[in-house]
Parts: sequence; C-alpha cells; structure tokens
Amino acid sequence: MSLLDADIAHLLAGSMVLVSFMLLYQDRMFALLNTFAIHACVLALSVGWQAYLQGAPHLFITALIALLFKGIIIPIALHRIVVRLGIHRTLDSVVSIGPTMLVGMALVALSIVVMLPVTQGAGAFVREDLAFALAVVLLGFLMMVTRRNAVSQVIGFMSLENGLVLAATGARGMPLVVEISVGFSVLIAFFVVGIFLFRIRERFDTVDLSALDMSRGESS
Amino acid sequence: MSSGWLTQFAQAVLVLALAPLLSGVTRKIRARLLRRRGASVIQPYRDLVKLIRKEAVVAENASWLFRAAPYLVFAATWVAATLVPTFATDLTLSAAADIIVIVALLGTARFLLALAGLDVGTSFGGIGSSREMLFASLAEPAMLMAVFTLSLFAGSTQLSSISAYMQGPSAGLSISLALALVALVIVAIGENARIPVDNPATHLELTMVHEAMILEYSGRHLAVIEAAASLKLLLYLSLIACVFAPWGTAVAGAGAVAYAVGFGAYALKLAFGAFLLVLFETSIAKMRVFRVPEFLGIALMLGLLGTILLFVSRVTQ
Amino acid sequence: MSPATPWFLSQLATICVGLLFLLAPLGIVLARRSFGSQVIYGACTLVCSVLAAVALIALLGPGSRLGAVQLAVGLPLGRTLLGFDSLSAAFAVIINVACAIVSGYAIGYGKHAREPERVVPFYPAFIGAMNLILLAQDAFSFLVGWEFMSLASWALVVSEHRSEANRRAALIYIIMATGGALTLLLAFGLLAGPGGGYGFAEIRQGAASGIGSIVLFLALIGAGSKAGLVPLHAWLPLAHPAAPSHVSALMSGVMTKVAVYGFVRIVFDLSGPPLWWWSIPVLLVAGVTALLGVLYALMEHDLKRLLAYHTVENIGIIFIGLGLALAFEASGLGTAAALALTAAVFHVFNHALFKSLLFLGSGAVLSATGQRDMEQLGGLIRRMPVTAFAFLAGCIAISALPPFNGFVSEWLTFQAILLSPQLPHWIPRLLVPAIGATLACSAALAAACFVKAFGITFLGRPRSKAAMEACETDRWSRSAMLMLAALCLLAGILPGFVIDSLTPVTQMLVGAHLAPQSAQPWFRIVPTDTARSAYNGLLVFIMVMAAAAATAFVVRRFASHALRRSPAWDCGFPDPSPATQYTAGSFAQPIRRVFGGVVFRAREEVSMPKPGDTAAAKLHVELHDTVWETLYLPVIRLVNVAADRLNQMQFLTIRKYLTLVFIALVLLLVIVGTWR
Repeated sequence: MSLLDADIAHLLAGSMVLVSFMLLYQDRMFALLNTFAIHACVLALSVGWQAYLQGAPHLFITALIALLFKGIIIPIALHRIVVRLGIHRTLDSVVSIGPTMLVGMALVALSIVVMLPVTQGAGAFVREDLAFALAVVLLGFLMMVTRRNAVSQVIGFMSLENGLVLAATGARGMPLVVEISVGFSVLIAFFVVGIFLFRIRERFDTVDLSALDMSRGESS
Repeated sequence: MSSGWLTQFAQAVLVLALAPLLSGVTRKIRARLLRRRGASVIQPYRDLVKLIRKEAVVAENASWLFRAAPYLVFAATWVAATLVPTFATDLTLSAAADIIVIVALLGTARFLLALAGLDVGTSFGGIGSSREMLFASLAEPAMLMAVFTLSLFAGSTQLSSISAYMQGPSAGLSISLALALVALVIVAIGENARIPVDNPATHLELTMVHEAMILEYSGRHLAVIEAAASLKLLLYLSLIACVFAPWGTAVAGAGAVAYAVGFGAYALKLAFGAFLLVLFETSIAKMRVFRVPEFLGIALMLGLLGTILLFVSRVTQ
Repeated sequence: MSPATPWFLSQLATICVGLLFLLAPLGIVLARRSFGSQVIYGACTLVCSVLAAVALIALLGPGSRLGAVQLAVGLPLGRTLLGFDSLSAAFAVIINVACAIVSGYAIGYGKHAREPERVVPFYPAFIGAMNLILLAQDAFSFLVGWEFMSLASWALVVSEHRSEANRRAALIYIIMATGGALTLLLAFGLLAGPGGGYGFAEIRQGAASGIGSIVLFLALIGAGSKAGLVPLHAWLPLAHPAAPSHVSALMSGVMTKVAVYGFVRIVFDLSGPPLWWWSIPVLLVAGVTALLGVLYALMEHDLKRLLAYHTVENIGIIFIGLGLALAFEASGLGTAAALALTAAVFHVFNHALFKSLLFLGSGAVLSATGQRDMEQLGGLIRRMPVTAFAFLAGCIAISALPPFNGFVSEWLTFQAILLSPQLPHWIPRLLVPAIGATLACSAALAAACFVKAFGITFLGRPRSKAAMEACETDRWSRSAMLMLAALCLLAGILPGFVIDSLTPVTQMLVGAHLAPQSAQPWFRIVPTDTARSAYNGLLVFIMVMAAAAATAFVVRRFASHALRRSPAWDCGFPDPSPATQYTAGSFAQPIRRVFGGVVFRAREEVSMPKPGDTAAAKLHVELHDTVWETLYLPVIRLVNVAADRLNQMQFLTIRKYLTLVFIALVLLLVIVGTWR
C-alpha cells in the first residue's frame, strides 16, 4: 500500500464518521434520507477502494450491494413511503442537536480509546478502520436512542450496520463478508417494513391506508 | 535577515494595496453571476477616496473611543494580515507571532469595534455588537480548533512552518485536514459577514450585524473601517491558501523568479478563492440570525472532531 | 549575597507579617479618627511593598530554599517554621504586589466608608493571614493562617451587615470556608501520617504512597472551594461583591490565588509523584469551571457579581494549566510540565493584576454613582475618563487579547495543550483537546462578557440620574488603577521576564524548567522551540501602535479634516430616551438563547396583548441556577429536616438527657471494646 493509497482509504473511512455526524444533525426528513444515501455511497466507495487495494473481488460485491440497496433503493423507497404516508417532514428529537453532537464527540473519543490500545499489533490502517467503524456504530446507536421518529430510527440502525460492514472490510480475509452484508440488508428491509407497520398501527389502530388518507391533511 | 525584512515590508504594502481590489473582484464576480454588469473592480478604491474626502459626522455624545477605534481596528487587522505568508514564507515578523496571535489580533479588532458599536448608545449599534460577539463566541473557538488540528499535524503553530510542512512530502490526505478546511471556510464566511451569515450589501436594519455596528460611522472613519473589512477578507483567503494550497509560494533565499512565481500563484489563488466564495454565496440564502450559531457550531464541532480524529491518523501514531 | 541573607530575608518577612497583625488592633483605635484609615492603608501599602521586594529577592536569589525562621512562640504541636521557598516566594510576590496597590487605592477609597471601624481593623489582618499561609513551612501554621484568612475575610464580608443579602452571603461563605478548612485538615493529617510530622520537609520525606489520591481529592475540595471551582463556587459570587470594593479586589484577585497556592503546595509539592490519572478529575473540573463561570458572568447584570463570576472562569483556566502540568509530570515529560505550570502561575499573576484592577474600577463606579447594577449606568467614559481608560485596559487583558498579559498566559496554555500528543495514556490525550476547545470557548465568551461589562457601564448614554452626575474618583484610586493597568500591559509585552522568574518554581515542583527567555532576541518568548512557536508581545504592540499611528497620519494628511457633531443617526430614527439603548440584558440575550437552554434551563416567554389592546407586552425570563438547585438545595433541605427532628431534643427532662449521655457512654465503650 503506497502512502497515497493509505491516505485515500483513511479519508474514505473517516468520511463515514463525518457523514454519521451529518445524519445526527439533520432535522428534515428528506435531508436525512439524502444524507443516508451519501453515507451508503461513502461506504461503497470505501469498501470498493479496499477491494482494489486488497485485490479481493468479493468486496466489490459488498460495495455494489451497499451502493444499490442502501445508496439507492432504500432511500428512494423510504422517500416514497414518507410521501405516500404523509409522515411529518420534520424530525423531533428527545435531546436537542447541540448536546447530541457533544455526546457524539465523546463517543468518537471513546471508540478511539477502546480500539487503538486493543489493536496494538495490527497494521496502521486496520487500527484506524476499526476505530472509525466503532465510532460509526456508536453514532448509529446514538441516533436510534435520541430520535423519536420511526424513520430516523431505521436510518440510525442502517447507519449502524454500515459501520459493521466497514469493520468487516477493514479486517482482512473475511470471505463471509458478502453473506453478512446481504443478510443484514434483508434484515433491514424487514425492519423497515416491520417498524412502519407497527408505528402506523400504533397511531391509527389499523394498518389500513384509508385511515391515513383521512388524516393526511394535518400530518403532512 | 534583510531579505526577510524586505519581503515583510513588501507584503505589508501588498496586502494593503490588494485588499480593496479583492473586494472589487468579489463584487464583480457576484454581479456577473447574477447577470448584472456590476461596478468596476476598482470601485472600492474610488469609494475609499470618496469617503476620505467627505466630512466626518460624529454623534454628539460619542467618546474618544469612537474616534480611536477605527484606527486601532485597522491597525490590528493590518498587522494580522501582514503576518500571514502570501507570496513568500520568509517573513521576519512571522517569527514574532504565530497563528494563535493572528486569531487573537482579529479578536482585539472585533472587541474594539463591538465597543465602538455600543458607544453612541443607539439600539442598532447594540444589536450589531451583541450579535457580533455571539457569532465570535463560536467562530473564534472553531477557528482555534482548526488551528489546533493544523498545528498538531505540523508540530508547530508558526504559519511559515505549517505552510512548509504542507508543501513537504509528509503531508497527505487526511480526514482531519478536510474537517479543518471546512471549519476554516465556515469561520471565514462568518467572520467576514458574508451570506449566509450576514449580508455585506444589506441595509435592512434587523438583518444586519456588521453594518449595524458601524452604522454611526461616516467619512474618513468609515473609510478606515471599510479598508479593515476588506483586509480581513484578504487575510482569511490568504490564510486558507497558505495552509491548504501552499504551492508556488517562494521560500527563503529563492531568486527573483521564485518571488515572481509566488506572486503570480498568490494572485491566482486569491482570484480562485474569491470565485468559490461568491459562487457559494449566490447559491445560498441568508440564514435567520439564530440559525447562525448552529452553522458556526458545526464549524466548532468539525474542528474538534478533526483534532480527535487526528489521533487515528498515521501522523500521530 | 552572603549566606546569612536568606535567613535574614525570612526574618524580615516574618517581622512584616507580625507588623500587619499589629496593625489590626491599631486599626480599632484609629478607625474612627479622621486620617485613621489612611494611616492604616498607607502602612499596609508600605509593608506589602517590602514583603513583595523580600519575596522577589528570595525568588531570584541563589539557592532554592531559604532557611526558615523558627518562632519562639511555638504553637502547641511541634515547631512553627516560617520562611520562603521558591513556590511561596513566587506567590508572595504576586500577592503582595496586588495587595500593595490595592491598599494604595484604599487610601483614597477608604474615605467613603460609612463605618470604617468595621473594615479597617480586619483589612491588615486579612493580608497578614494570607502572607502567613505563604510563609508557613509546616502544616499547622498553614492551617492557622488559612482559618485566619477565612475569618478576617468573613468579617469584611459582613462589614455592610445591614443588607439581608450580605448576611446570607456571609453565612454561606462561613459554612463553605469551614468545610474547606476541614478537608484541608484531613489532607494534612493524611500526609503527616501516624508519625505526625507536620513540617513540610518531614512530609516531603515521608511521602507515603497510596494516600496521594485521597489527598488529591481532599485538596481539590478544600482549596477548590476557596478558589471557586464549580460546583463549590456557590459562595463566591455572593461573598466577593458583598465586601467593600477594595476588599472584593483582594478576595477575588488575591485570596483565590492563595487557594491555588494551597492546591499546588499539597498536590505538586507534598503528596509525592503524581499518578497518570490525577490530571483527569482536575482537567474535567477545571474545564467545567471555566465554561460555566463565564456563562454565569454573562447572565449577570450586577457589575461586581459579574466580576466575581468571572473569577470562577479564571480559576478554571488556572486549574486547566495545573491539570496539564500534572498530566505531563506523571508521564515524565518535564519540559511540557514546566510549560503548563508556568502558564498556570503566569495566569495567577495576570489574574491578580487585572481582577484587582477591575474590582477597583467597579469600586470607583460604585462610589461615584452608588450603583452596581449595570442597567442603571452608562456613559461613564465621559464623566470618569481615567477610570474608564484603566477599566478598558483590564477588560482587554482579561479577555485574553493581545498585547495585554491575559493573552500571554492563555497562549502558553494553548502551547501546553498542543504538546498533548506526547502523553502516553489515551484518555488524557483525548481529553486535552476537548479541554482546549472549552478554553477557546470560554476565552471568546469572556470577550463578549467584557464588551458587555465595559460597553454597558461606560459607553452609551447614561441610564440614570446618578450615572449622569458621576464624577471622577480621587487621585490615589486613579493612580492605583493606572498602575495596575500599566503592569498588565508590561507583563503582556515583556512576558519573558515573568517566565524567567518562574524558573525556580517549575524546577522545584516538576524538576524541569523552560529555556531562559532572556537569551531570545528582542524580548521574544519561545516556550519549546523556535520552529514550533514564538510570540513577541513587544513587537506586536509596537507594530499595532505604529500601524495605527501611520494610518492616522496618512488619514490626517490626505483626508478631509471636517468634523461635524450632530445627533446620532441610528438609521434615521434616533430616540432621545436612553431606555432605547441596548441594555446588559438585551446584550446577553442572544447568548442566553444559544447557551442558556441547556446550562440554565432558560425559558423566555413573551406575553403579547391582544390586537387592539393597549397593555404593554411583557417579556418573562426564567433562569435556573442548575448547580445550586441540584446540589445545594437538597443538602439545605436535609439539614432543615434534621434540625427539625433534633429540635425536640431541646425539650427533654433531665432524666432523658442523662439517659442519652449514658447510652452514648455505653456505645463508646462497646466500640472501644470491639475495635480490634
């Protein structure tokens, strides 16, 4: 790995953390979905770059899955669902953005403190990658905890999962990574549908969409 | 030693001469982007001359601070601008003050200007000062955090050393640097009262910040303040160019050709920076005042994140 | 210098302290006489000047430790040793310079006192007690001095006892002071160990391992409560402003420094080599203190209370430096530790100067207008030009802006923070940049705070009749303030001398020191390496002044000279009523809105009358002192409940009292019997 190659890998993995923070910062529904698409795209780029560096073609598949599913299909689908269901376009949070960001900073620091001493023997890139990945996972968790809205919880979960993929790519020689990734994506699709149905039923006591039509006026 | 002094002196004159031109160029580009023809690029010089020739009107109850502040503000900004390497790094006075001092000198200028805004005792002056200090209370730490990131990278707070490091082989792509750059750009936009933080062209009372502070100034005092404002814009662009685009800058002991190249590169960088700034400005709407702290808060967060992430990059391992 | 000199110096210092204590009873006699207070304050100025000179010689003279004087009138436990070492000499210089100038101010200011007999006797005792603490070379005299200091300052706080708020302040103060002294007593007790050697030299030799950590926390509580670390700061903004202004200056500018000295003495000197994690609690508390202190100050519209809250912030900055020094020392990074410690002690010096200056300025305003509330002031720069000028210098200095001294110490602290990647442990390594961000934030907020303090008090139009008719203070007060302002500037443009004088202190405490700054050309300071960082305050000052002069010259030469005075423009709608100006409250409102929501749970409510209704709209602001409500109120409630319960004990029969005594006796015997 040349210096520039390593730098690009570092930049891409670091951008994941940055985009996670951008996710935390959003207070509009569509902006959140777009940012999540960026998150997935950066993940795809990062994984793709790793595939190129490690010469591991199966990682290209992972990157492709990330790009297709999480970068394109899921955001578009969620976008449509939000429009169709007339869900509130603003997101309300349990904790306001400033303190959330501060906690996020602390979590990043924590993941560095935890990861770097543990991976003392490993190569520089693996260490960075694992620290970044843990940070992304924790930030995803934070998002799920601090947001009330079902959609942002789903997004939080999926960004968490992106962190797991990032961790898996960084640690070399994990052929299972493809399967894991596919499996998680399916799981997420499940979650998307499941939580949505649950929330809709919770709010309207029915999953019948006609009930939504009646109240669309006030909730959109 | 003597060449350092020469460069230093040349730079002091250069920034002073170029600053209004930079303002003129940004206004011109902005006008062209908005499909207007716009005033000539030397219009700011004409404005300054016009203001200087006019009679100064001072409020009856203004104190000595009101009349002294413009000169002190200008002097502090000018000194700060002189300390940022522009076309060459061998500045003698650069050894006397590092980047933290530059930030603090701008702080002194802001402090005095905010006081001047309160001096006459009008509501608009107060509104301007209060908001300026609010923005500064986030912008200044954000700037310092970006500076921290750079200094930890380069192992120095001297701008000439940082610039040399960034030109050297050991600098590379890093997420921390990217974060520091974004933070610096946000701070630059906020501190120079550009859209979306403030509108330099506005005179709509409730939206103005910087203009509200200097509302009572006229004539030669206003001219000096305007000159200081354009110097500040030049300073921030030079600072970003010096750290993130150090290419072409002449180093100590280089020949006349290198200096000419450095000068040309500097002019190009400024023009490019002005273009990007205006492009950004024209593509975004002005924020509500209370969105601005969030905007600047992001810069602070990015700066801090940059510093923290620095510990997972190869530089510090 | 002959070998006898150090001993002679200690002797002289001891005599000076004795003189100060003698001035106290003299004060009782003289206080009611005309010129009585001037005599006492003048004597204090003299004695403090001598003490400062002695301490300076002790600091810069050869040999790090001076022979201590053993007092003939020994206290019952062990010997009483008095003398300076490098650490206490450095603090003694700082403290006595400030005390001397403040006393000079009091020569003029003291004339305004309504009841001088309540102030004059305690004032020299207060200064004497602080000097006794510094001179003490054994725990016993240290604690005696500490208690004396608390009591004397308490007496000064209640000197204006007619106000209910002052009495409450004094009560809270004495409770906190007692608690603090108790923890310090415990700390020294632990340090002395079962052998009971209370001399500092004996403690140093027998520094037992293991207890250091407990001692650290005890010192943090004991000294921290005196210095005003959050959350133990509650008494400070109440008590400091309650005293007469020159005493406030001493309490805020000087007494908190003695508390810092206590902390440094115990943690750096006496409790042995630090462990790596000691810096973490110190840094955390310091960061919170710095940020909360300045936010509280911003919300405050009473000038003296604002200054008192700001002391809390500065104490935070000092403790950030101390925490850094601990972190570096524990990791064996001597030079870095020396840098951090230098920054901290330099800030101690700076704060003693500018906080005294600002309190003196507020005293001048108070005596000229009778007002502490900034909302009633304004426009004083025209009525009190000298006070305004000195106060402005203090404001720039405390806001950490060049070319004044506050900037230098913050710059040094930042330089120390930038050395943090050298730390071997991850937690402090990551904590330090976050602390750096806190420091940067608090510095920027401090600038906002002092734009408010100066702008609302001295600029604008007078908001009350008193402010309109204010007149300049007396000559003594003015010269004292100008002297402090000049010292602020001097320390800012020639910081190398201060740093060099602190060399013996860092050498003594962390075993390393910075390279001598006097070797640098043109009075520049270079903490570690020229390529790394350098600052030349003198050159920056000269450049700014030269640039300003050149600009002014050019403008004068080429610009129109016409100047017309006219009513304010104000966008075409000038309103003659001064009530239309920005007030302190409105100045701080945006900041309250941005930061206050979390910190103060601030809530604003605007009740607008209905359209057509002519009633006034009302703005209701609700601020909570979170620290007070979450920490102190429950304790107060608990104490009240307990007191109610125990109240019944006062109405028992003799037989029941005897029963209680009997039960207590039996219980004690049982405990003694089963102890082993």
